[in-house]
Amino acid sequence: MKFKRSLIAAAVATLAGTAHAQISDGVIKIGVMNDQSGIYADLAGPGSVVAARMAVEDFDAANKGMKVEILVADHQNKPDVGSTIARQWYDVDKVDLIMDVPTSSVVLAVNQITREKNKALIVSTGATADLTGKACSPNSIHWTYDTWALANGTGNAVVKNGGDTWFFLTADYAFGHSLEQQTEAVVLKNGGKVLGKVRHPFPGSDFSSFLLQAQASKAKIIGLANAGSDTTNAIKQGAEFGIVRGGQQFAGLLVFLTDVRALGLDKAQGLLLTEAFYWDRTPQTRAWSQRFGKLHKGAMPTMAQAGVYSATMHYLKAVEALKSDDGPRVIEQMKNMPSDDQVFGKGRVRQDGRHVHDMYLFEVKKPAESKGEWDYYKVRATIPAEQAFRPEKDGGCPLVK
Amino acid sequence: MTEIFGVPTQALFGQLLIGLINGSFYALLSLGLAVIFGLLNIINFTHGAQYMMGAFAAWFLLNKLGLGYWWALLIAPVMVGITGVIIERLMLARLYKLDHLYGLLLTFGLALIIQGLFRHEFGSSGQPYAIPKLLEGGTNLGFMVLPNYRAWVVVFSLAVCLATWFVIEKTRLGSTLRAATENPELVRAFGINVPRMITLTYGFGVGLAALAGVMAAPIYNVSPQMGSNLIIVVFAVVVIGGMGSIMGSIVTGFALGLIEGLTKVFYPEASNTVIFIIMAIVLMIRPAGLFGTAK
Repeated sequence: MKFKRSLIAAAVATLAGTAHAQISDGVIKIGVMNDQSGIYADLAGPGSVVAARMAVEDFDAANKGMKVEILVADHQNKPDVGSTIARQWYDVDKVDLIMDVPTSSVVLAVNQITREKNKALIVSTGATADLTGKACSPNSIHWTYDTWALANGTGNAVVKNGGDTWFFLTADYAFGHSLEQQTEAVVLKNGGKVLGKVRHPFPGSDFSSFLLQAQASKAKIIGLANAGSDTTNAIKQGAEFGIVRGGQQFAGLLVFLTDVRALGLDKAQGLLLTEAFYWDRTPQTRAWSQRFGKLHKGAMPTMAQAGVYSATMHYLKAVEALKSDDGPRVIEQMKNMPSDDQVFGKGRVRQDGRHVHDMYLFEVKKPAESKGEWDYYKVRATIPAEQAFRPEKDGGCPLVK
Repeated sequence: MTEIFGVPTQALFGQLLIGLINGSFYALLSLGLAVIFGLLNIINFTHGAQYMMGAFAAWFLLNKLGLGYWWALLIAPVMVGITGVIIERLMLARLYKLDHLYGLLLTFGLALIIQGLFRHEFGSSGQPYAIPKLLEGGTNLGFMVLPNYRAWVVVFSLAVCLATWFVIEKTRLGSTLRAATENPELVRAFGINVPRMITLTYGFGVGLAALAGVMAAPIYNVSPQMGSNLIIVVFAVVVIGGMGSIMGSIVTGFALGLIEGLTKVFYPEASNTVIFIIMAIVLMIRPAGLFGTAK
């Protein structure tokens, strides 16, 4: 009896073993899940899909005998919608990897499901640093940036430039809370003070009440712990109430290229922001971005979209090396080999799932300095990979030994 | 400094004024809805999209034809109003005999299509639109800096609201309109072209939405989804005021703006639900709305 049972177990193990050593159903299915129609659609949305397709093409999957299929879904920034899609993709459509996933509340839900189903998740647009902290998982990698890196980059730079009293305008969900909390820590560490904070509904449209409260606080810096049109509307309306003229300054903690475009340079000039990628930084990024633009109505890529390209590339390289698309094993393989591509340059993936690479502190150009339609940033500082992200031991991730 | 619940009175004045400004958008939008519902019995879910089209019309006039804000204030409502007339003639006119629900479904579907088309063409992050030169800057009132443009919004929308109320409730044209919805056959017997009147009324209601859109363009991002969140709130305003009541929608619009403003000071997290809480309470106590009459 005992012998019989162990025989069956051995047989199952062998079967499972052979099944793992190949591509499931002969197709590598990558599901790009993001906001296709709401406030985050321009900064990731269809552009992320373009980027993923470019990666598959540049990787030359077809000639390597790898069949790659890209699926797209709109999670509408709602955790319940995102969870339903994730389950459907993993259970019915046999998706191997979910990619991108903006909106921290949604990505935390998808992260949990991915772990349950033992598949793979790579996050580019989602921001919460919890993904490599207490919510870290052997099935997930956080690729482009996170709230800690933003707080560290922009927060540090602003406090060092004399902005030592802060008032936070925070989007009332996981992302905003996490960004606010981590920036506050940076401000306090550098000897600054937080005079107040207010949490606004997400997505919001009228920020005037909150701006008045910020004004009344007399804080030197109004920290915007929000994103997309929430950030641009707050800055735009701040100009009306004479925030900047009154001697206060905005610190946009998460500002994408598309937000700067929506604001216009006259309103956005002088903003300091932290990003992982800017299209016009090197000849390689320029060449890649122009190719991207041709496929995406002339728009230059945001760091979120560039991150999707870079992450898809590294994922495919890992699948090729492993000759398998089994979720946790590919993730492990991605951690074992350094990443390198024309968009993000060299980097590596840590045990906690954090992809580390150089980050950049940019300043938005004055209208007179801008020479073209998408000429928006100048580099203020490069933050080396090893300093740009939260040290592995501080995140509280159980995977780190 | 005196304080109310820990908030300095000066700050409170500022917040009340802000509430009034937002209230003027609510009033202007709910007015258009009330006019359309009152006279056509159509629940116009396209209103938010038409508000957005007004803002885009202003952007288009400025960037393609070089016509500034003041021209937009005049031309954009007419442009969008004409699209409204076309929608009424081609589609809505076929639904008057049917249940309200059909009109609601049609206009809701149209709203989604229009928003989708604009998103496809312009993306979702929005277009910049500057405040007109004449109204730039702000006036220091002591307790706050009041942006000149916002002051203009309050005054102008109040004027438009009252003028509309006057025309519908106090003039001969208005009484004919009201009679035409009450008893179309009888009014037609007097030799009045009722269908044309209804078409123009719809066009006018849509024009009001577009006007609000032009006024919003310098304040909010001109983006395809700018109307989709607002429309839900505005519907609540109309329901609270009483479906179809003109004065009701104006008064409720401003009042709810104020209440929302206060919520933003005392408990900001609830600021986008407070209106719906009020709606639920009002519906329980007065199902026809504050100013509505039960039919």
